[in-house]
Amino acid sequence: MNANAVHTLWTSAAADPISKIPSPTIEYAQLAPVMIVIGAAVIGIVVEAFAPRRARYHIQLWLTVVALGAAFASVVALAVGGYATTKQTSVAMGALAVDGPALFLQGVILLSGVLAAFTFAERRLDRAHGKRVDSFVAQAGAVPGSEAEQAAVKAGFATTEVFPLMLFAVGGMIVFPAANDLLTLFIALEVFSLPLYLMCALARRRRLMSQESAVKYFLLGAFSSAFLLFGIALLYGYSGSVSYAVIADVVDGTLISNDPVLAQTMGNDALLLIGMALVLMGLLFKVGAVPFHMWTPDVYQGAPTPVTGFMAAATKVAAFGALLRLLYVVLPGMRWDWRPVMWGVAIATMVVGAIVAVTQTDVKRLLAYSSVAHAGFILAGVIAATPAGVSSVLFYLAAYSFVTIGAFAVVTLVRDAGGEATHLSKWAGLGRRSPLVAAVFAVFLLAFAGIPLTSGFSGKFAVFSAAAEGGAGALVIIGVLSSAVAAFFYVRVIVLMFFSEPRADGPTVTVPSPLTMSVIGVGVVVTVVLGVAPQYFLDLAGQASVFVR
Amino acid sequence: MNPVNYLYLAALLFTIGATGVVIRKNAIVVFMCVELMLNACNLSLVAFSRMHGNLDGQILAFFTMVVAAAEVVVGLAIIVSLFRARHSASVDDASLMKL
Repeated sequence: MNANAVHTLWTSAAADPISKIPSPTIEYAQLAPVMIVIGAAVIGIVVEAFAPRRARYHIQLWLTVVALGAAFASVVALAVGGYATTKQTSVAMGALAVDGPALFLQGVILLSGVLAAFTFAERRLDRAHGKRVDSFVAQAGAVPGSEAEQAAVKAGFATTEVFPLMLFAVGGMIVFPAANDLLTLFIALEVFSLPLYLMCALARRRRLMSQESAVKYFLLGAFSSAFLLFGIALLYGYSGSVSYAVIADVVDGTLISNDPVLAQTMGNDALLLIGMALVLMGLLFKVGAVPFHMWTPDVYQGAPTPVTGFMAAATKVAAFGALLRLLYVVLPGMRWDWRPVMWGVAIATMVVGAIVAVTQTDVKRLLAYSSVAHAGFILAGVIAATPAGVSSVLFYLAAYSFVTIGAFAVVTLVRDAGGEATHLSKWAGLGRRSPLVAAVFAVFLLAFAGIPLTSGFSGKFAVFSAAAEGGAGALVIIGVLSSAVAAFFYVRVIVLMFFSEPRADGPTVTVPSPLTMSVIGVGVVVTVVLGVAPQYFLDLAGQASVFVR
Repeated sequence: MNPVNYLYLAALLFTIGATGVVIRKNAIVVFMCVELMLNACNLSLVAFSRMHGNLDGQILAFFTMVVAAAEVVVGLAIIVSLFRARHSASVDDASLMKL
């Protein structure tokens, strides 16, 4: 295209009256879940600015829970209205997809958001100056150990900003798996990452560790999103468009351009391959797959435990949703190129996650490496490249998120004078002191290990059988072997809790408020129901497994 | 001038930024290197936009600028709070958690 023609692109609009520019069509009904969550987050900011300090906690909690509940209701309404199956469409000028996988994962993310909001609001576990306080720092700006911090704690300040931050994060997360062009993908990634970086730095206890984890997460997260953006630039250069549908057509070779420059870039496979690799790198970082997993243990350990639970569950769901859509909608024509790479990543993730977890001595780090291993199992389902692969990944993500939030909620209960007692040696004999809590944690660990009659087994079975049908038999064998290694360290924790003597200076189990109790209760019920009677939910995931293009 | 040259420049800037992130120790400098990478992305987006004669790339570049600004707000807040607690912004000093 010559310089004159380009020039008219941005001068012609000025020559025409503004009324001639067509306004975009926005489908408000189909966008309702996103709008409710983001709108509530904005209202939450206004509440922080104007509501009296005492009232903020209750207002924010109610606002968050009601907004997430309303958004979930609108997701269910859309799914019942047929948008998950027959009426699937893309809205907002093709920016967002409204289809089965998007609605299913949005529902899972919103439910985990509600549970996470309950754990955020828990105020019966910790005390400061005789007042009941939550897991978050009194005043984030105060230097740890300073007089300003003491004064803030004494005055009973609370960081209620975590609720709007969480709503913004959820808003980004529900857009992420539905993103239908590369611009929306990038913006959604940043919208959910930035609040998470901040929330990691807000722990009440062990603040230096918490700030350190936030710096690590932030620097590595920004680094990986720069790679993602460069990949987006190359894919745009390759196809001349950011829309998933157009890029998919160009990859398939069904779209031929007469423009000489475009025809030249479309023939340039280097742009496509490097762009694909860089975008996948950015997504695999968020998933926590080896070799992009290095941030996971440190961030999971340093962040406030409720935030860790939220992050472990919801981020993984959102990132796998985006990964699925990218691989299955945009790049199915390239599957002979990405499948070998993803094979390698999946094998490395399963093996490294399972083996390194064996050596861990901290509960939160142990669960972090277990989440790395689970990312590998889910990747095995992604590699299947069949409809069964999609539905099994959806089911696994739903099962996994409830187990994770429940497990981290249990971790918040086991405390000693220094806050949460996360070192494994302190958990010795917990089963004798508090049989109920230890038994609940054992259920979650068995679900992580994939023992039958728990949701972990149904999920693993679905993922591995999909992978085997998709022609990844060797991957399944490695997956089963690393599950066996992983089962070793889960069972080791159970043995430690039930078959060793309690320590004299051991931690106590604090009795939580109904908020955390209901989170753990829901976690156990979902774990058992998905393990004993998974068929209805497998069918649901099966119906929701077709992407719109 | 051939717009492809701008792509080479963008790739070069991106590589300089990525190398800086890996080898520098001060968190602020590491962060500036990330910003350099984002600007390299912007340059390549605008160059591609010029080559293809459509505005998608330029719109994306505007969004990237906004995201970079938001990232500065969040990132500097986190790095400054770390610096005030430790009197050091070195990423090597921040090693409370074992690897």
